[in-house]
This record gives sequence, structure tokens and C-alpha cells, in this order.
Amino acid sequence: MADSTGKFGVGGLHHLGIPNRRQFFQIGAGAAAGWTLAGSAFAQTERPGNPPDKPRGQVIAALSQEPTVFHPLMPGIEVDQGVWWQVFSPLWFIDPDGKFVPDLAREVPTVENGGLSADGLSWKIKLRNDVKWHDGTAFTADDVKFSLELINNPDFRVRNRVGHSLVKAITIVAPDEIHWRMEAPYSPYMSILSLTFIVPKHILEKVSDPNSSPFHNAPVGTGPFRWGERVPGDHIQFNAYAGYHGKGPYVERVVFKYIPDLTVLYTQFRTGQVDYTGLQGILPNFVQEAKTLKARKIFVSSTSSVEHIAPNLEFGPFADGAVREALYLAINKQAIIDALNYGLPMQTESFVPQEAWSFQKGLPQHKYDPTKANALLDAAGWVRGAGGVREKGGVKLEFTNSTTSGNAVREQTQQLLIQDWRAIGASMRVNNMPAAVIWGDFWQQSKFNSVIVGVNFMLGSDPDVTPRFGSGAIPAKGGRGYNTYQYQNAEADRLLAQGAKQFDLAQRKTTYGDLQKLIRNDLAILPLFQGYIVEGVKEGLQGFRPNINTSINCWNIREWYWA
Amino acid sequence: MVRYVANRLAQAVMLLVIVSAIGFALLHLAPGGPLSQFAVSAQMTQEDLDRVTRQLGLDRPLPIQYLDWFGRMLKGDWGKSYRDGEAVLSVISSHLGATLELMVTATIIAVLLGCWIGMLGALRRYSLFDSLATVGAMIALSIPTFWFGLVTIYVFSVTLGWLPAGNRATIGDGSFLDLLHHLIAPAMVLGLVETAMWSRFMRSSMLEVINQDYIRTARAKGMPEWRILTVHALRNALLPMITVGGLQFPTLLGGALVAETVFTWPGMGRLFLDSIGYRDYPVVMGILMFSAVMVLIGSLVADILYAVVDPRIRVG
Repeated sequence: MADSTGKFGVGGLHHLGIPNRRQFFQIGAGAAAGWTLAGSAFAQTERPGNPPDKPRGQVIAALSQEPTVFHPLMPGIEVDQGVWWQVFSPLWFIDPDGKFVPDLAREVPTVENGGLSADGLSWKIKLRNDVKWHDGTAFTADDVKFSLELINNPDFRVRNRVGHSLVKAITIVAPDEIHWRMEAPYSPYMSILSLTFIVPKHILEKVSDPNSSPFHNAPVGTGPFRWGERVPGDHIQFNAYAGYHGKGPYVERVVFKYIPDLTVLYTQFRTGQVDYTGLQGILPNFVQEAKTLKARKIFVSSTSSVEHIAPNLEFGPFADGAVREALYLAINKQAIIDALNYGLPMQTESFVPQEAWSFQKGLPQHKYDPTKANALLDAAGWVRGAGGVREKGGVKLEFTNSTTSGNAVREQTQQLLIQDWRAIGASMRVNNMPAAVIWGDFWQQSKFNSVIVGVNFMLGSDPDVTPRFGSGAIPAKGGRGYNTYQYQNAEADRLLAQGAKQFDLAQRKTTYGDLQKLIRNDLAILPLFQGYIVEGVKEGLQGFRPNINTSINCWNIREWYWA
Repeated sequence: MVRYVANRLAQAVMLLVIVSAIGFALLHLAPGGPLSQFAVSAQMTQEDLDRVTRQLGLDRPLPIQYLDWFGRMLKGDWGKSYRDGEAVLSVISSHLGATLELMVTATIIAVLLGCWIGMLGALRRYSLFDSLATVGAMIALSIPTFWFGLVTIYVFSVTLGWLPAGNRATIGDGSFLDLLHHLIAPAMVLGLVETAMWSRFMRSSMLEVINQDYIRTARAKGMPEWRILTVHALRNALLPMITVGGLQFPTLLGGALVAETVFTWPGMGRLFLDSIGYRDYPVVMGILMFSAVMVLIGSLVADILYAVVDPRIRVG
């Protein structure tokens, strides 16, 4: 599972087994919804001794993006989540082993403990009564109710309302207990709540504009660290919160240092100016050298995103399944992994990360076979025309491929693809654009031919991919979602609807397994490999645990300490 | 003189309006938008994106958005950053100090070193020093700032360990010596190109002056060489440099943009790059207007100073 540097391989399902229907809720619909990250212990740095009695020292974490959104319910990106983990707390979180761990809640609601009704409609959450906000005010069920209502406030610039919009009839039973009913059963909600951070009612109910207030730039939470100071464009400092209700924190200060250039970021790690390299980590070309650095540890971890070629299925040649299959066969995937990504990532055939409980083993494995690809195209009636480019019924097998300009590895991948596909009579041209352009209307409204992109398909840690592959989720056709591939399949729709209502782990695993088979056979996406990140940690800094269930691996700095 | 200044001011205001209109249109017409960043990485649907777009007023016609922005700007409300919700003026001011620190230091290095090299080159025309200075200046002007910055880091930080590999200060320190220690490398890199430019301008200006009749006359009258150089030649040679100084601002700002990225310097240049990347329209427009004002002020001050020291300008 992991090499000496902490590299992850294929995960197992050993800790879950296959629970029965009741066990699904017993372990929290969430254990169901979580991943297994077998071997996560490998990701630990050595743990000599115990954490200190009092917070000691500081951690400087280098990030290549600047966190700017500090209200945890507003639109933010991965790096912002890094801040939310320090300042705020969810009701429960998912640990690296895929288990739900209570945080603000006293226990994870299950059918067994009465927290959930058997039909999944009634939720009863018992809360801790020893939690205080950073300003000393007690945390209560009012804060949870306020947070859920704020999310559904039409005037609030909320990130999204998936799942939350189903919450009705919220009742505060006691300061430490809250109940609500769901409008419809929705099993992924447990996972969504694990990434929903609770905000303070006593502060935010007083602001006139929920989208703008002093809180937005100096947040108050219940997390392990209090907001310290922010020097825009440079760093953010957090100070240990002595009244934290959980384990830790064990360091006095955490500093998120913003270093936009990845070469400079690595250099500062190398010279010892930073203790940890977070998003986007160490560039693959530096990894071999980084492993030789003294007093540094390097971790190569899988992420939830899947690097793939996204075909626009409504675009001429791509509408033909034989074309997609031939193109897939003609990709020398191993060369892309070995030559361009230094052998770091794992091949994949699914949109589900291989560590997830819902990952379907035994999908047809990609094989580099240009001969078979040629034969397939011949059989499908695509004949070679002028310049060796195939055509059928007046449609030429030529298309553009786009990705973020400046992403060297993806640009090199495009060069390999041009060569690979030229050999089977397909002509590809490069049409790259800056991030702010390509991921705008071009992507959202399916104006592309094909794109190389890394996408985290999971809803939180749940495999419900309705927004990605549901036929009602195509923005170019007025749908609500981000099915920019324009994938439409009645069977997929059926499976998606079924999976979102199921609360039995075994059943869900079957449903989403079937869906993975379907999408692999349809080649709705052409998967290349599972995403990865290379992170460096200074020796002596303990507690680093990559967690594929979060967007950023500094989710647990509260547990970090200097040996 | 008053009429001259008033004329120049009126021109400056007109220019600002034109810059704002063109800048606003180009920025908003460029594909993509401030919400593109969420399209791949975050769990936001098209519906969510549309909702936030409406809430930010980005769905209104462009002229309406421009007039709204312009009207508020005249009242001193430059809007709020889409990224962190901070007032634009506050965002700019929080980055301004770092950039000024870098630019002023680089300018001081460039003016002192560049003028000295240029003057000496002119006085020892075609000497070994002059040739070396010419070649050096050409190299400095040709070297990409980004590359030079990385080499500086590699040599002085990674290999020799003399200087920090970036940042404005050590977190938790921030003493004067610590600030100075961090300032050396970026100021040196930014100052290099500036030094080269100043030295070339100074050399030609000095050459022109020392070949004038009044210098020959001064020498013929037996005036000491040092007095000829400092009192007569240098003062007159520095005159065109006022314009150079005034017009150097955009170049300096461009260089700062690169140096700030390489040295993780939290200044305006990097803010500008980041804001463009995120399509943070209010901040980009704020920086654009601020830079335009600075350039116009620099140019205006240079013109006025020139007019003050050379009355013929006013007449013309």
C-alpha cells in the first residue's frame, strides 16, 4: 500500500467488511459513505513519545494558493478548506480510515442509537455541551439550526444547497439536542454534513448583510485554532485555542504561508524556511531529489480526483462509442504515467478513487493496443482520407483538446496523445487556455471538443455522481449540475436515483459498482490515472496524516507536534 | 505656469476616464469569470454559479456595470474584492507598503549605481570600463528577471546560504535587520535592470553635455575638472533624467510583478497577477486605476519639474 515514502497504492475494504442493512446506520451512513484508506498509518511520520502537555512551537505550512474565503459556508476552493479545519468544526468528520468521528456531535447518528429513523427521514443529533466558541460563548443547538437555515437563506451567497435543501422542520429539543426531518431520503447527506462547518449564531445573526461582515475576515469558530492575523498576499496566522474540545492542539501557532510558484515553494522547503509543503505540494520532477534531502520526509498520497480526458459526447466523432474505445486503446497510458509523471500516480478505470468502499474492482483494464484500435475504426466504417485522417459520412476524425495553459505535464501529455492518435488516423489539435477562461463557459456550457482535467467526482466522500453524470445535470441543456460531458443514459439515471435512496451499504456498493461498469463501458470519460500529491514534512514534526476524504491534508494540524 | 499645470491635469483626467473604460471593457469581455475557479474543484452546480453571479450583479449589461462602478468610484467606493470581501482600497493599501519598499530600494540602487556607471562610462569613453559597462548593461537588459531571480536564490540561498530564499520577513521576527536581510536579493534583482537603464541614459546624457561649448570654455578658463563635472556637467546631464525617472514607474512596476512572484514578496505586483487569475474585477480595476494615477502623477511631476528648471518648456 505504501512505500517507504508513504506512497499509497490500491486500498482495501478490510475494515468495513460487508455490513448488513442496519449496520449501515450503526456505523453511520457515513462509514458507508467514507473511504477506506488502508495503510494510512504509513502516512504517519514516526511517533516517538507523546504530544507535549502544553502547545509548543509553530508550524509554517506552505501553500501554493492563497486562502481568501474564511466563511466556511461560502464558495471556496480546497485551500480555503484548510483554514476552515483550523478555525471551525463540523458535526462529525471522516478520518483517513473512512470512519465518521463525532466532533461537535456527541455521537454519529445511527438507526441503532436512535439518531436516524429506519426510513432515513428523521434525524436526531445529540451535541456536546462542553464546546465554546473562541469568544467564550457556549455552543448550542441554536448554532446548528442557524447554520442550516443560513445555508437555505436565498439572500446568502452559499456554496451549494445539495442535501441541505431537503432539511425541514428543524426543532431544538434541548441546548444539546436538535432534530429535523428530511423531505426525501438522501443517503449522501451524512457525508455532506461531515464537510459542513458550523458557524456562530450569536455573531452572524446580528449582521445586516450575511455576505459581508467583519466575521468574514476575522472568523470565530469552535476549532482548535483561533484566528490570529492575516497579511494579505503573504500569510495567515492561527493561535492555539486552549479551550478546544478535542485532542490538541499541540503547537502554539500555525502559519499558512502563501507561495504561488511551485519551484520557489520547493526551494523554501529545501532551505528550511517552511515546515510542510501543502497544496499543491512538490512538483514531480523534484521528488527524487527531495527524497534525498536530510531531515525531510516525503509523502506521495492519492487524492480523490481522477485525471482524465473529458470528451464532449455531443461533438461529432465522440458520439460514436467505437471512436471513444479506439482512442482509449491507442493511448500509451503507461508512458504518460512513467515518463511525464515520474511513475507516481496509479492507473485507474473508474471515477471512484481506489481507496473508497464504493470502488468497483475488476473493471476492464486499459491496454495499449493501437492495432486493435485501428481494426475497431475500420470495422466501424471510419476510413482513412487525405493526410491519413479518418472520416465517416463526411465527418472527419479531428478534434481539439484543451487544458489549462501553463500546466507543463498536461501540455506534454497532449503531445503524446497527438502522436498516439495520429497513428490510428485521428487528428488532434491543442487549444489551451488560462484557468479562468477554460473553466468558465467553455467548460461549463460544453463548448469544448475534449479536455484534460482532474475532477473529484465524489459528493463529499459519497459516490453519488448525479450532478456529474445524471442526464438532468447538463448545463448546456439547462440542467442543474455539471455534466459537461453531456452523458445521457437511462440506466445510469436509474442507478443514480436508486443509489441516493439506499441506506444499505451492500446494496449501495452493488448499485454504484454497476454504475462504474456502465460508465467504463460507455467510456463517458477516458480515465488516465488517479490524482496524487507529493508533500514534504520536516523531520521531527509528528502527526501528519493524509486524508483522502478531505480536500487538503492539513485537516488535522491540531494533532501535529514537534518531537 | 498655472495654465500649463491646469492643462496637464485636464489631460490626465481625460486619460484616466479612457483607461478606466478600456480596462473595464477588456477585463469583462475576456472569457471566463470570477466563478470559474469553482467549476472543477468545488461542489458547485451551474445553478449555484448562476445564483452567485446574480448576487454579485455580474448578469447585468456591461455598460450598466461600468456606470455603476464608475459612479461609486467617484464617491470613493472602489468596491469589494470578490475573493475576500475586503474593500478594494484596503486590499491595495495592504500590499502597497511591500511594493514601495521594494521599488524605492531598487530605485535608490539603480539611480546611484546607474548614474555613477553612466557618468564614468561617458568620461572614459571606449575604455575597458566603458566597454564592460556597455556589455554588462546589455546582458542585464536581456536577462529575464524571473530567471535572474531563480539564479540569485540558487546561488545566495540554496548554495551559499547567505540570504533567505524569499519572503519579506521571518514570521515572528520582522526586526529592521531581518527586513533588510530579506530585501537584499529582490531589490538587487529588480534594481539590476533599472541600473542598466539608468547607466545607459546617463552615459548618453553626459556625453552630450561634456561635448558642449560651455564645458570646453570652462576647461579653457582653467576651471578644476572636478568642478566642471559636478557643477556644470552633472547638473545639466541630470536634467533629462528627471523625465527618465518620471516614466520609469510602469517599467519598475512590471519588474516588481516578476520579482515579487519569485521572492514571494506580498506586494501589488503579485496581487495584480492573482487578481487577474481569479478575475477579481474590482481589485484588478482598482490596481489599474491606481497604477494609471501613479504613472500620470510621475509624468506630470516630471513635466512640471522640467518646466521649472527649463522655462523654454512652458513657453513651448
